[in-house]
Amino acid sequence: MLKPGEFYQRDREWHPPAYDPKYKTSVARSPRQALISLENTVSEITGPVFGHGDIDTGDNDLIYNYAKPGESAIGERIILHGRVLDENRRPLPHTLVEIWQANAGGRYRHKKDTYLAPIDPNFGGCGRTLTDENGYYYFRTVKPGAYPWRNWVNNWRPAHIHMSIFGTAFAQRLITQCYFEGDPLIAKCPIVNTIPDPAAIDTLIAPLDLNATIPLDTIAYKFDVVLRGRRSTLFENRLEGN
Amino acid sequence: MPQSLDYLKETPSQTAGPYVHIGLAPGAAGFDIYGQELGWDIAGPNAQGERIRVEGLVIDGTGSPVKDVLLEAWQANAAGIYAHPEHAGAVEDGFRGWGRVITDFATGEWGFDSVKPGSVPGRNGTVQAPHINLWIVARGINVGLNTRLYFEDEAEANAADPVINMIEWENRRQTLIARRNETDGKVVYRFDIRLQGENETVFFDI
Repeated sequence: MLKPGEFYQRDREWHPPAYDPKYKTSVARSPRQALISLENTVSEITGPVFGHGDIDTGDNDLIYNYAKPGESAIGERIILHGRVLDENRRPLPHTLVEIWQANAGGRYRHKKDTYLAPIDPNFGGCGRTLTDENGYYYFRTVKPGAYPWRNWVNNWRPAHIHMSIFGTAFAQRLITQCYFEGDPLIAKCPIVNTIPDPAAIDTLIAPLDLNATIPLDTIAYKFDVVLRGRRSTLFENRLEGN
Repeated sequence: MPQSLDYLKETPSQTAGPYVHIGLAPGAAGFDIYGQELGWDIAGPNAQGERIRVEGLVIDGTGSPVKDVLLEAWQANAAGIYAHPEHAGAVEDGFRGWGRVITDFATGEWGFDSVKPGSVPGRNGTVQAPHINLWIVARGINVGLNTRLYFEDEAEANAADPVINMIEWENRRQTLIARRNETDGKVVYRFDIRLQGENETVFFDI
C-alpha cells in the first residue's frame, strides 16, 4: 500500500539565508549556529485543520471587507488568484491562505506605521480564504503602493502582498510575499535580494492575467504557491504511531 | 541532458515584516475586522489535563527583546494526540492544538494558555517527551524559525527524548527546556528564546 511519508527536504539554498547584512534587521535576528536537521515525526507531519466555520464569506474581498456601507477602497482594483500546490504538483484543497498589505498609497493600517501617506478609511488590508477542492483561491483587493523603509536611507519596498499558507502539516508552514510583474523596484529591494537565485525570485512575481480580468471592472494577477511535497513509498513507512 | 524530474520548487520564504499583525492579528494592529481571529484558543474548554500558561521573550543578538514577533504553537493534547486526521485517536471537542500569539509592543513579552501536552510517538518505536512545537516569524527573520519547548518537570522523559538526544552539544539542550513556576496555584512555564549569541536557542530544520 502506498503511504504518505516524510516531506521532501526544504532546499535551504533556494530560500533566503537567515543572515544577509544588506537586509539590516536580519543581522541581529539570525541564529549563528547551524539549524539542527530533524527527520519528520508525527509532530511535523501534522498541522492545524481549518474549516468554513473559521472564516466569514467576504473575508477574501478587501475592497469591501472594511468599507463603510455603499463605499469601497480607493485604488487599482485587482483580483489576486491562483492555486496552492505541492512540489509533486498535487493541489492542496481546503487550506487556509491569509494575506495582508498596504493600501494604494503604501500606508498600512497599523499603529506602528507612521508613513505620511494617508490611511484609506475604507481599507483594512487583510483577507483570508480557504482553497477549494482543486487548491484554488482568489482575493479581490486594491494593488498596494510602494513604500519607504529604514534600511538604507532611500530604500523602497516594491508593491507586495504578504501571504501566509498552512498546507496540511506544520512542516509546510510558509510566509512569503507576492510581487507584481514589471515593477522596477523588485530588482532594487534588499529583502527580495535575500533570495540568492534569480529563478527563485521569479516565482514570487505574479504575472498580469488578462484572461482572469473582469472587463470594465477589475484587472487580475495570478500567483501560484508551492508548498513542500511528500514522499509516497511502497516500502514500510518509517514514521510510526500515526 | 537527462529527463527533467518535473518537480516544482517550494515557493521561497520572505520575512513576515513589521506589520504581520495586520494579517494575522488585526486586533493588535489596532482595528477590528474579522468575526473571529484565529489562534487565540489552543485547547478549548473541554480539554483534559493540566492547564498551563507559557510565557517568554524573544531576544535578539544584542540582548534586546524583539517586539514585533509572531509565534505559532502546535501541540498534542494531554493524551498525546494531535488534532489531525493522520494521528489516530480523538481529541476533545474544541481542541485544535494550534495557537498564535504576538509580543507586546512595549515589553516584548508573549504568552499563551493551553494544556500540557502528553508524550507522542517518535520514529522507529521511540517515545518523544511532551513538547510544544513553535514557529517564529518577524521582521528580520527571512525563513520562519522552528523550535521546540520541553518541560523542566519532565526530566526523565526529556533524558530519553530522541530529538533532544540528537543535539550533539549537550550544553545547548537546556535552551529548549521551559522553567516551571507556580504562583497562586497557576502553573506558568517560562521560555525565553535567544535568536543569536550566548545561549542561542536550538532551531530545527524540520
